Amino acid sequence: MTNLAKAKTYKSEVKPIWCPGCGDFAVLSALTKAFAFLDLAQQDLAVISGIGCSSRLPAYLSSYGFHGIHGRALPIASGLKLARPELTVIASGGDGDGFSIGGNHFLHACRRNLDITYIVMDNEVYGMTKGQASPTTQPDWASSKLTPHGTGVRPFQPAAIALASGASFIARGFSGDPNGMTKLIIAAIQHPGFSFIQVLSPCPTFRPEQKLWKHQVEPFPHEPTDDPVKAATHLYTDDGMSSGLIFQSNYPVWSQPDVAEASIKQFEEEFIV
Amino acid sequence: MSTHTCTHSIAFTGSGGSGAITVGNMLLQQAAKNSLYGIMRRSVGPQIRGGESAAMLRFSAHPVSCPDDRFDLLIAFDWLNAERFALEIPLDSNSLVISDPANGDVPEVITQTGATIIDVPLKAMAKEISGGRVNMIGVGLLTALMDMPADTAVDIITSTFSKKGEEAVKSSLDCFHAGYKYQLQAKLSCPKLIASNPGTRWDISGNEAAALGALQGGVRFVAAYPITPATEVLEWLSPRLEKIGGSLMQAEDELASINMVVGASFGGVTSMTATSGPGLSLMSEGIGLAVASEIPLVVVNVTRGGPSTGIPTKSEQSDLNIALYGLHGDAPHLVLAPQNITDCIATTRWAVQLTEALQTPAIVLTDQFLGQSRCITPVPESPGLPTSREVAKSGNDKVYERYVITESGISPIAVPGTAGCSYTADGLEHKTSGQPSSIATDHHDQLDKRQRKLTQFEFGDNWADIKGEGQLAIITWGSSTAAVLEAAQRLELTGLSVKVISIRLLAPAQTDALEAELINIDQALIVEQSHSEQFYHYLRAHYTLPKDVSVYAEPGPLAITPGDITNAVQQLRGQAS
Repeated sequence: MTNLAKAKTYKSEVKPIWCPGCGDFAVLSALTKAFAFLDLAQQDLAVISGIGCSSRLPAYLSSYGFHGIHGRALPIASGLKLARPELTVIASGGDGDGFSIGGNHFLHACRRNLDITYIVMDNEVYGMTKGQASPTTQPDWASSKLTPHGTGVRPFQPAAIALASGASFIARGFSGDPNGMTKLIIAAIQHPGFSFIQVLSPCPTFRPEQKLWKHQVEPFPHEPTDDPVKAATHLYTDDGMSSGLIFQSNYPVWSQPDVAEASIKQFEEEFIV
Repeated sequence: MSTHTCTHSIAFTGSGGSGAITVGNMLLQQAAKNSLYGIMRRSVGPQIRGGESAAMLRFSAHPVSCPDDRFDLLIAFDWLNAERFALEIPLDSNSLVISDPANGDVPEVITQTGATIIDVPLKAMAKEISGGRVNMIGVGLLTALMDMPADTAVDIITSTFSKKGEEAVKSSLDCFHAGYKYQLQAKLSCPKLIASNPGTRWDISGNEAAALGALQGGVRFVAAYPITPATEVLEWLSPRLEKIGGSLMQAEDELASINMVVGASFGGVTSMTATSGPGLSLMSEGIGLAVASEIPLVVVNVTRGGPSTGIPTKSEQSDLNIALYGLHGDAPHLVLAPQNITDCIATTRWAVQLTEALQTPAIVLTDQFLGQSRCITPVPESPGLPTSREVAKSGNDKVYERYVITESGISPIAVPGTAGCSYTADGLEHKTSGQPSSIATDHHDQLDKRQRKLTQFEFGDNWADIKGEGQLAIITWGSSTAAVLEAAQRLELTGLSVKVISIRLLAPAQTDALEAELINIDQALIVEQSHSEQFYHYLRAHYTLPKDVSVYAEPGPLAITPGDITNAVQQLRGQAS
């Protein structure tokens, strides 16, 4: 089987609800190609999401999946990984789901460094609720009825925050560069520890101006580094419109310590006076 | 000495860090070694050190599960916070108060009870001993006062302090002997409790008991966020889970902990968390997700005074409403309540078995009284095997449908790793395949199936504990049960027989079963520890009650005692006659 034909086996029969031109199609496709390249068995793969357009993704795959509740993809994925460390666990979702309602989980998943890959499809807007500003929206974007004067709030910096929170793999992808994205996803899954990929994934419906991203997004202008200070400098001098691997380090991966075995009977005996 | 039953109630008070709880623990262990039973409640302030701290004990020749109406003895290590605990330690003219003259005048709130005050120079005695502490003088005094042998106390003190080194053991023992000798000379009076059946006993708290029951039921993953008064459930589990192939993760908040539990259980591992009211509020959405996606999980909720931050260190039964009705949408789930400290083992174990069998979340409602009190109890019965969930197997020719409609409502659940059964679990309403759907028939089918799991299941006799016969029934639940049972014993002695019904399985309501128990009942008294009569309103919603119904509902933090209930019954009968 060619890799392309094999990639298709990771897709389910369910037809995506996404709008024509949505960047999330390319993410779905890149994921299946990465799975095919890594030759992962469907049954050993679980894709976990929250709520939002991009969070619909698990149902479009033939692997195990969980379409949970808004903002909680990472806790569900973390619980699954802790319970079943041998599974390949991917968390996915959007910028509102991951950085706003789920923001606290994002910080702590970065620190905890479980071996999970987290893909955030960032379109700087809440799509499912019909076009409100998200944490990554520019402060002067005034096209939402909810914030008619713009938010006036500085945008969330996903990669820099991931770095500060201790993520061990940080990359930015672009749905207009499917091959580059596939490579990043492969590297992220192979990386031992928490891998974060922010994917610039345009919303043609509520952010039609993002169609121009294909002319704006450049390769990340620095070599990947394992030095957080360098990575921070790179991120602070970057406009966010670039894709590539930014930071990768071998921070210790959380694992269950080895301890002596015991039985419940022994625990019961502790209560004897 | 109580006139009703052979028990002895003693309280130790002092500022936080004074060692009142340590003394209580030691006396409880001594009682067990001397073939007695006992229970110890704790009342502490929010301060880590320097707040109020009280150990409230009750000893008996028979197992005791609730506090008495009054205290026989109060030993005060200082009087710094007397006003804060005075209401929790009712004294009367038959009570004895041991007070240290070095602590100044006995507060009016104590003297006005009419209790006999006896001066004992605790601090002065402790000062004469290098590293001496008044609380260990208290242990000696009490050991002699209760006519318990010194050697068991010496053993307990030695093992308790051996980790702190020889000096700590020596000074503690010196203090103990000083206190013991003091009583031998002073001969303060205290009737001796006649021990009955010797035999092995356990010393266990409700929080430990719930944790043990969870392990016995098969729990192997726990997500934890600390909260008073539930933290000990999690702290007990953490070092033990990893020794039996399980794991515990401290989460960043309760939103994370409940969703980690959802994820782990989706992975096929029996999972739970423990929390208290504010945490339960935060977890509600995640529990609802488990209902919709049919994921088994247990939440042990150790109720504290509410609403909001409320009274974190004190007990109440006021989380009943949120446990029953806190989920949005039509969300059938299980709510269970242990009836005493030891029952926290069996009821939590049953909750794990039920959630695994029925694929819907179970909330176990204990409270600060059950959770943080310790009791001496006969060794509990050994559990049977844990129930396992109905799991889908690979190799089936048919397309796997996670939410297939079945007669029982239970659909085999596929565990990741099973080939040919992959599916996406969903909190969105879904078709039988799991694919999201907003079609009316899909919604109705899935609502029906999720409800049917609970209505068709045979829960057996454990739904309630029923004791006694009579025209009067007292209906109660959870931690109020022990006081009700003791009240029924006292009423029996006055010639009045009552039937006590304590409901363990609160949801799904066992309507037919309860109504069958109420057929010959003319009058019912509802007993609960809430301000808004939550349990009464729940009963009214789900069961046909006798026409003549009264309610005894008192909020925390004061414990409901047997006397409160006998008074309520007498009042009600007075009205009737």
